[in-house]
Amino acid sequence: MEAINKFFGSIGHSVLAMLNHLRRMKTMTAETFYWTLVAPLKGKGLKWDNTVEQMVNIGFNSLPIVATIAFFVGLIISMQSAYQLKQFGASIYVADLVLVSLIRELSPLLTAIIVTGRNGSAITAEIGTMKVSEEIDALRTMGLNPIKFLIVPRTLAMLIMLPCLTILADMIGIIGGYLIAVSTLDITSTRYINQTIQALVFKDFFSGLLKSVFFALIIAIVGCYQGFIVEGGAEEVGKATTRSVVISIFLIIASDVFFTALFYSTF
Amino acid sequence: MAEPIVQVKNLVVTYGNRVVLDGVNLDIYPGEILAILGRSGCGKSTLLRHMLGLAKPTAGQILIKGKDITSLSEEEKTELFKKIGMLFQSAALFNSMTIADNVALPLREHTKLEESTIQIMVKMKLELVGLSGFENFKPAQLSGGMKKRAGLARALAMDPEILFCDEPSAGLDPVVAAGLDNLIRKLQTAFKMTIVVVTHEMDSVFAIADRIAMMHDGKILVVGTKEEIKRSPDPIVQQFLNRQPDEEEMDREQYLNTITGAS
Ligand SMILES: Nc1ncnc2c1ncn2[C@@H]1O[C@H](COP(=O)(O)OP(=O)(O)O)[C@@H](O)[C@H]1O
Ligand SMILES: [Mg+2]
Repeated sequence: MEAINKFFGSIGHSVLAMLNHLRRMKTMTAETFYWTLVAPLKGKGLKWDNTVEQMVNIGFNSLPIVATIAFFVGLIISMQSAYQLKQFGASIYVADLVLVSLIRELSPLLTAIIVTGRNGSAITAEIGTMKVSEEIDALRTMGLNPIKFLIVPRTLAMLIMLPCLTILADMIGIIGGYLIAVSTLDITSTRYINQTIQALVFKDFFSGLLKSVFFALIIAIVGCYQGFIVEGGAEEVGKATTRSVVISIFLIIASDVFFTALFYSTF
Repeated sequence: MAEPIVQVKNLVVTYGNRVVLDGVNLDIYPGEILAILGRSGCGKSTLLRHMLGLAKPTAGQILIKGKDITSLSEEEKTELFKKIGMLFQSAALFNSMTIADNVALPLREHTKLEESTIQIMVKMKLELVGLSGFENFKPAQLSGGMKKRAGLARALAMDPEILFCDEPSAGLDPVVAAGLDNLIRKLQTAFKMTIVVVTHEMDSVFAIADRIAMMHDGKILVVGTKEEIKRSPDPIVQQFLNRQPDEEEMDREQYLNTITGAS
């Protein structure tokens, strides 16, 4: 009896704690939207200089790694699909497969995961450190809103840069696929390019981009929130950083299931 | 005396089951230096955090210039806090910014001053705390005492009416600590600032305070001038003043039980 009580008790506790986190995250997101969209209209301004700094951090500094990985993934899909399609004499459809799998799924997903690892973690570490060293309290006593100062620039930068990086990953991945196809298969360059253009559907491109916007929101909000709830010291900052990455990646993939069902379900 | 500029009424703060502040009442008058004195862990920083509206109390009110800060909107709070400075125990400088940018931040955000004017004001504040020449240093490149002084310069940036200092001289060498005490005294005489200083250092308190509030275990035991405090019959106050250690109450058997975990 005791054990059963304890078991359900602990489940109840976790659920309540989780709901509390969700509620606070919702409040934070709402305030972030207020300070991004509504407050500037009331003449309270946006921190553009901070935003640009974050955009450089997220966008520009992530370019090399995102580009390299997208290129490799392009090579991989191209080789994999060529291996299969060659058996049916349908090598030309490599172009379709590379394009579709990249712009629908792989580019948005992989870019989001790389950026989570690079920038989501950095956001949590940075804000968490500011929290434990009382810098956030200092902001507030100076009458400066931490949401406006810290969260909005990061969220905005993420919302702008992640889709850009995703488009870039699309293009570089396609180039990778193209290089494999024209060098190992019996396909001319023009034919491959024509085939790719034919396969390009607006819906695929759009759904990929929409996802990346949503992923950007997940990375920024989870990253900031995990930083803000840090209490204690350096060890807690480390734990929060890990948690931020794990939760973001989980939510990114889980929401991808939802988006795929929304756009491509056959039932 | 004039109307109090800060009033703490029946402030209760609990963390879980622990009562950290247990019905604190305190009036702070314009232009005075009030020292909040008490042992480490008695709730001094907590009291200060609540006076600054950084946390919501379990019960009670804090009035600053007659306004209850626990029920102010964000905007009203922002307005009010423009004229309040805070020196944190850890200085809490923004580590990613230079010292000059730290001091300039409130000016850049709250005023429409020209950048050149801001630069001059920053120089003046840093001069005041004896840090001129360190404008372009990052906080990590400063010593503990210098960080505190830089934090003070930032707290003074907006020429506050009320200045809160959490342990300004703790952990500093006696010369630097005395320098900071002097500086705080000077601020009060020169700018008629209301200053609240939290500390556990007796020398510092007697050097600067007009009035002293003695805290113990989340309560304020006595409030008064130095003489009144010295005359207080309260045993805890006397123990603190005379720097006596806690009495050893445990007998040997009890001690043994404590460390072995037996009961
Ligand atoms: N966020 C918190 N959660 C739980 N307990 C806290 C928290 N902040 C402070 N305390 C407790 O409140 C008491 C008073 O702390 P504090 O105000 O920092 O003391 P002081 O500044 O007088 O040394 C301490 O016992 C501390 O453990
Ligand atoms: Mg303290």
